[in-house]
Amino acid sequence: MKAAAAGYIRANDLPHAISLLEQSRGEARILAGGQSLIASLNLRLAGETALIDINGVAELSGIELVGEQLRIGALTRHRELASSDLVARHVPAIAQAAPLIAHAAIRNRGTIGGSLAYADPAAELPACMLALDAQIVVRGPAGERRVRAGDFFVDLFTTDLAEDEMIVAVEVPVAVAGERQATMELARRSGDYALAGIVLVDRPSGVRAAFFGVGPTPILATGAMAAIDRGASPDEAAALLEGDLQPLDDVHAPAAVRLHLARVLLRRALAATRS
Amino acid sequence: MTINFGNPDRPNSYIGRTVPRPNARRLVEGRGRYVDDIVLPRMLHVAFVRSPHAHARILSVDTQEAAAVRGVRRIFTGTELAEHCTPWVAVLAHLKGLKSAPQHALAVDRVTWTGEAVVAVVADSRAAAEDGAALVEVEYDPLPVVTDIRTALDAATPLIHPDLGDNLTFRRLHEQGEVDTVFAEAHTVVEASFKTGRHTGVCLEPRSILADYNPAEGQMTVHHSTQAPHMMQSIIARHLDLPEGKVRVICGDVGGSYGIKVHVYPDEMATAAIAKAMGRPVKFIADRIESFTTDIHARDHEIDARIAIDGEGKILAIDVDDWTGIGPYSVYPRTSAIEGNQVVNLCGGPYDFAAYRARTTVVLQNKTPTCQYRAVGHPIAAAITEGLVDFAAEALGMDPVEIRRRNLIKDDAYPYTSPANMRFEGLSHHASLAKLLELMDYDGLRAEQAALREKGIYRGIGIASFIELTNPSPFMYGIGGARISAQDGCTVRMDPDGSVVAMSGVTEQGQGTEAMLAQVVAEAVGVPVGRVKVITGDTQTTPYGGGTWASRGAGIGGEAALQAGLALKESILTVAASMLQASAEGLDIVDGAVADKATGEARMPLEELGRIVYFRGDTLPKGLPRELVQTRHFITSDYPFAFTNGVQASYLEVDTETGFVKLLKHWCVEDCGRVINPQLVDEQIRGGIVQGIGGALYEECHYDEDGQLLNANMADYLVPMAAEMPDMVIGHVETPTKESVLGAKGAGEAGTAGAPAAVMNAINDALRPLGGRVTEMPFTPARILAALGTV
Repeated sequence: MKAAAAGYIRANDLPHAISLLEQSRGEARILAGGQSLIASLNLRLAGETALIDINGVAELSGIELVGEQLRIGALTRHRELASSDLVARHVPAIAQAAPLIAHAAIRNRGTIGGSLAYADPAAELPACMLALDAQIVVRGPAGERRVRAGDFFVDLFTTDLAEDEMIVAVEVPVAVAGERQATMELARRSGDYALAGIVLVDRPSGVRAAFFGVGPTPILATGAMAAIDRGASPDEAAALLEGDLQPLDDVHAPAAVRLHLARVLLRRALAATRS
Repeated sequence: MTINFGNPDRPNSYIGRTVPRPNARRLVEGRGRYVDDIVLPRMLHVAFVRSPHAHARILSVDTQEAAAVRGVRRIFTGTELAEHCTPWVAVLAHLKGLKSAPQHALAVDRVTWTGEAVVAVVADSRAAAEDGAALVEVEYDPLPVVTDIRTALDAATPLIHPDLGDNLTFRRLHEQGEVDTVFAEAHTVVEASFKTGRHTGVCLEPRSILADYNPAEGQMTVHHSTQAPHMMQSIIARHLDLPEGKVRVICGDVGGSYGIKVHVYPDEMATAAIAKAMGRPVKFIADRIESFTTDIHARDHEIDARIAIDGEGKILAIDVDDWTGIGPYSVYPRTSAIEGNQVVNLCGGPYDFAAYRARTTVVLQNKTPTCQYRAVGHPIAAAITEGLVDFAAEALGMDPVEIRRRNLIKDDAYPYTSPANMRFEGLSHHASLAKLLELMDYDGLRAEQAALREKGIYRGIGIASFIELTNPSPFMYGIGGARISAQDGCTVRMDPDGSVVAMSGVTEQGQGTEAMLAQVVAEAVGVPVGRVKVITGDTQTTPYGGGTWASRGAGIGGEAALQAGLALKESILTVAASMLQASAEGLDIVDGAVADKATGEARMPLEELGRIVYFRGDTLPKGLPRELVQTRHFITSDYPFAFTNGVQASYLEVDTETGFVKLLKHWCVEDCGRVINPQLVDEQIRGGIVQGIGGALYEECHYDEDGQLLNANMADYLVPMAAEMPDMVIGHVETPTKESVLGAKGAGEAGTAGAPAAVMNAINDALRPLGGRVTEMPFTPARILAALGTV
């Protein structure tokens, strides 16, 4: 199919992008890496959508250490996450997740802001944000606000973003001494969306386990987390995932298989962080 | 003339050597010319409104709004297009009882699968045509949907075509020997049920057609991505009411076909009919969703089978009950009964046994039509046979290799007629198995497997012997009344500069047919391979032929090319003998020059002979034949098919916690007779194995109970990808067919035929200590976990 005719405008800077977004009154979409958006336009799923191209907005790029936070600009490509020393050192869960995202060509273009705004429940980065308790930095005409990842992913492909807002960066707490992180997934083929995935952040103060591919959003497995913090065995914690996760049946696997795979992943991730 | 193939040092020894493909550089540099690359003056594009229902009555079609879209030129409903294109019924006389309903290019009053074309919107661009298509309003009255195979014939199941009387399109029962008695008295009987997942071919280049009708000449020229240009010429002529001689089908570069592009598709027929109706060139390129919902599917089979063995593991009888669903129509013109028919023909094929019963039941469904896809029926038959043989070995506690050794048809038993009445000229099952075991170090792998099991690592080794049907005679389609040529021809011409042009009726789809033809002609004539230009895929310029399918390109087209090349050589030497005042018998052509046969000494370059013949014919004796164009045709006649054989092995690891399979290595030893180009044959085998692995582990068209295809996209329909594919080791045994000088049989489908069975047997070998067993393809983590009792 061919994309329906759509308007296109390139934003010069962040205020320009925000102003274009405001003027579009919800009729436009932000074009970052375009790895999901362009495909949906070509399938005519997104209707006649105008595009606001933010690829020229310099202030959206870059990874920097700011105090106890790693600030990652919204336009940061997956490939940059995979090759960044700062990411590897301070948030290894993201460094482990990045190579698992789709294929090299997609990682070269796809951005962290795009992935979070799209909010595919089977995607790696939203789960990373949730496990790491990151803040999503969002800007609109009324200014900037910070949304905790736990509040950001509302439902299937639905976030807390208002129609005149865009993601400008994420702020991720850096790993503390003694902290171990693990991102693992089970995908049918290299680059596929996983049947189930886990981002485990094992902090001295407590464990956070976010799962992807097992519900309408990335899900924090609070029941299993509390059990682990109480000293429960991995098997005991894995048994509690039934109450934490909401997997669905689809063509790739029945819900029960996804739940089972999530349990395997929890045990394997714990084995990795506590080995 | 004969060729001493046993002597690798013979002159011009291209046959048997890896020769670079003449089209490889062009394609790699992006200089190919596919149908979508062709732009003609006044060309229009067509997009189709397709049915969202699996079964529904069409109540009304409103095109008013769509017609007002800028760029839209004309809209055709099914009723309107029926005036320009007659319907077809896909039956073959030799498949007794086969029935199907008339099928139109566009649905007229009823839709029977989701994706069926209903309205054609013709516009200046594809985008404008799609804009228009989005505004066409079709009102439907949904009808009950038939999706399940086993209940399709139940009295309570609605009829898809009431005029046919039932949903049964074909049934064949073959019985040889006292099957029931043998089973009743056998030492051991093993039963199993199998399913093969409905899947499709997924060509890189989607189906593509550009039809260009010139009313001033009454001439239809069709640029078509196809495997069978002459077949399409005949069909377009018949259904568009044109003389065959006024239809020219041109098939340029084709980006893969695998049997997908050897069928008649309603949307392609509609495109040609629209071009004729409008007197303008019209292009249709299927997009990926259209490909998934309208390219033929295949392999939708459910099978109950059993095997009887004696206490020594000797196979006594095999009994197969095969059911398959083919969608709402038998596909034109090859029909959708062939796949089930092949299952009947091929089960038990490698083995020497006496009592055989097989029945196939081919039913209608409201799903995408199925038809012949690479290795038609073979992977199903191999999975049934090799699955049963492994289960039988397990029942006796016998090694899977040993039971095969005891049952494979002996290498000196040929000619041999199987209990399915297939005639084998010469096969090499035992030699192939021996070579396979050596290549894979079978005993070493077994030792490794046992050692790893101690550590909780579950690896499996799966073996699968198979036969492959190649080089079909008219017994495949022609005797059934289809205008599909089993014969093929080649015209070879020498030009003044000594270069050679070869025009062949077989076609190139990316597999290297043209390289094969070039080297055969180069050797036959005696010129460097780089001096041979091959032309295929044009009904107006090439000899009449069947095209490329059923692994016939090298065996049939190659022999025609060889004979034409040898005939040209003889013509050249007749002239050369006169010019050199020598006897033709004493001359040869070596590396582009006439040479003394005894010494190999060059006497005259072909350029000189060309110069004389074409420009100074006056210097040659009057009446000397100077025919530097020769045509030869070839058709097999001793056997209906040239069967090949082979054996594959898969080594893999099952993660018993997750149900994931990791392929570690794959081996295939096969016997396609004379190997013309070792690298091309090996890559055919490898590509075939990958497609077989796709069916075994990944590919499945998922339908819901309403007949909706749920995974019509490349994210949800999993094709095998490079990262998951194992290293593949290919070996050969060569048993040339005596039907031709070349001795080549087909090699294009062997990989696909045996790979799913090998993978299935390997998974079950891995699971055996844990008690699980899988027989339903694809073997997903969910199915493996279910077999293990985990989920």
